[in-house]
Amino acid sequence: MQLAAILIIPAIASCFSLLPLGRRFAAQITVIASAIVLALAISVASTAAHAPFSGAEDLLTCDALGALVLVLVALVGFTAALYSWGYIATGGRHSLQDLQRYYSLYNLFLLSMLAVPLLANVALMWIAVELTTLLSAFLVGYEDTPEALEAAWKYVVLTTLGAVLALLGFLILYWGSRTAGLAPFTWVGLVDAAPHMPPALLWPAFLLILVGFGTKVGLVPMHTWLPDAHSQAPASICALLSGVETTTVLYVVLRLFPVVSGAPGLDARPWFIGFGLLSVGVATLLLIYVRDFKRMFAFSTVEHMGIILVAAGLGGAEAHLGAAYQMTGHALAKSFCFFAAGLMATALGTQEIGSVRGLIRSSPIAALALVVGGFAIAGAPPFAIFVSELVIVKAGLTSGQFGVIGLLTLFVVVAFCAVMYHVNSMVFGTPATDKPGSKVTMAVVPTSCKATLALAAVPLLAVGLYVPQPLQELLRAAAAAMGG
Amino acid sequence: MTGPEFPVVAALDALTGALFLLTALGVVATRQVLASLQLFVLQSLLLSTSAFLLGIATRSIHLFAVAGITIATKTLLIPWLLRYTVSDEVYRTREIGRVLNIPISLLLSAVLVVIAYAIANPIMNAVEVPFARINLPLGMAAIFLGAFTVAVRREAVPQLLGLLAVENGVFFAGVAIVPNLPVIAELAAAVDVPVITLVVGLLTRQIHQRLGTTSVGHLSALREH
Repeated sequence: MQLAAILIIPAIASCFSLLPLGRRFAAQITVIASAIVLALAISVASTAAHAPFSGAEDLLTCDALGALVLVLVALVGFTAALYSWGYIATGGRHSLQDLQRYYSLYNLFLLSMLAVPLLANVALMWIAVELTTLLSAFLVGYEDTPEALEAAWKYVVLTTLGAVLALLGFLILYWGSRTAGLAPFTWVGLVDAAPHMPPALLWPAFLLILVGFGTKVGLVPMHTWLPDAHSQAPASICALLSGVETTTVLYVVLRLFPVVSGAPGLDARPWFIGFGLLSVGVATLLLIYVRDFKRMFAFSTVEHMGIILVAAGLGGAEAHLGAAYQMTGHALAKSFCFFAAGLMATALGTQEIGSVRGLIRSSPIAALALVVGGFAIAGAPPFAIFVSELVIVKAGLTSGQFGVIGLLTLFVVVAFCAVMYHVNSMVFGTPATDKPGSKVTMAVVPTSCKATLALAAVPLLAVGLYVPQPLQELLRAAAAAMGG
Repeated sequence: MTGPEFPVVAALDALTGALFLLTALGVVATRQVLASLQLFVLQSLLLSTSAFLLGIATRSIHLFAVAGITIATKTLLIPWLLRYTVSDEVYRTREIGRVLNIPISLLLSAVLVVIAYAIANPIMNAVEVPFARINLPLGMAAIFLGAFTVAVRREAVPQLLGLLAVENGVFFAGVAIVPNLPVIAELAAAVDVPVITLVVGLLTRQIHQRLGTTSVGHLSALREH
């Protein structure tokens, strides 16, 4: 019942958003709906940490790993909805119809992401993943500028191409599970069936899904659409795209790990580590040369997806715990970064790093948010990503994979310095135009955006300093679901 | 192989497969937007023919459903949706802008077909499934050719048709390897494909209105400087 409610509420909110009841109505209904969804998701997760939660007629189900993704999506869905309230309304460039369409699609986009960890049938889950792209396409192109439309076009064409490739992978996987017996086409059924599947089927299926969905995760070399889409969408949508949409699709890829490990003679680890390290390395280089601060956070997403994939590929309970923790830390920090970036872009009218100087004087709130977000995403203590990266490095060293860990550490340290350098250059220094009039821009930070930053900062800071018992249990159980 | 039981069906399926591959090549090579739409419709008809033939051979009601859904969505709904969303101006375009010229495109296409066979071969040797020997490599070839079409085309509608050709390739392989895929997945896929078309079509219209062109291959404002 709870699982069904999580999916029904955004659907209802999407319909209500289309009612012409004033400029505030759709925003209010979306914030309320996403708050209820968040509460439900947390209650599901507290149960799922101990035993898989199953819903109506085996159509919906949720284990610990699914619950972790569910909570992250619901949490960012809520903060981004609150942020949208003030952010989308500023400027007043958008008509009432635009706002209604925005919120209607926002709720549907959220619905499709929430469905991915909940749908038991793997074929239906593929459709949910594909819908995340299609429903967010117009949100990416919402600003209706040539650049935004270009980004939306690349986003739809490339990620759909990837998803269709993954579909062939899932069909072959289904073929394999039929060959192995009459196991249901669910993740649990696939893990059970894997030892009996012909490796000649499982292996191409794994590679097709890794490459196909890897496109949507933003793995190098299929990442080319990602910085465009994640830099041109409105900041509230960027928070969802970068913070949780990538994680949701990565979750599907991680689900394959226990399936492939169960088959005799197959090993997914080298592929996870290979794609992961390549993504981290290339993203690190791009982070050094990046000139646009929203693109900087987009490349950082590529980097983090790579780190999580490497952690999954290292194998072992500790490394998988690090991966689950990193997913959490990344979703919290990256959404916060885009909230900050959105304030900067509206206050300054530019996204170019080079033309932002002395932000601390011209817009203190945005500057503070940028510093906090920058430290959190780069992986400085006391934030969660610092701890999770330590866990991953330690796990890798314990299992003797020195080469991988050496490279990973090198990339992560360079990426840290690059992000810190850019953030530092934007926050401090002398503003280029030191006119007294430029200070007026600070006044326009909408109340809902301030509230979002304050609210989002609480879990961001808290999870790094202290992991409460229920979350710790959820992370452990999620790591166990990733297989040994 | 159900071959001895259904020699005629197998022969007809092989013929359908050959024509299917030809239409995929046609989508790569054709110069007109409207012609590539017509080729896509023909390709979809061939897909449903193959699904129908395999439905007879395997006595699977699911495959008749696939055949019906394919005809309804891809030969009727999609052309109508594209007509509805994209202006006629786009269809009148004679010379489609492209990255490579046609002879080189076809040469590379031939290489892609050979690669598709090389990839499909170990799979077919591992599991003996009736008709997979025909449909799997040809479906994979159509996937590669469709993806290649997306890469070499510069116009929005032909890129979309390449994308849908990839989808056709997946289902051409799919009908042979999973004749009993639950009907719920088919119905959902039937919803998914028109949604792709609608989204991309509307996006094309928006790009056309804002930029006065649908030559998406020339969109290059976003890149690392």
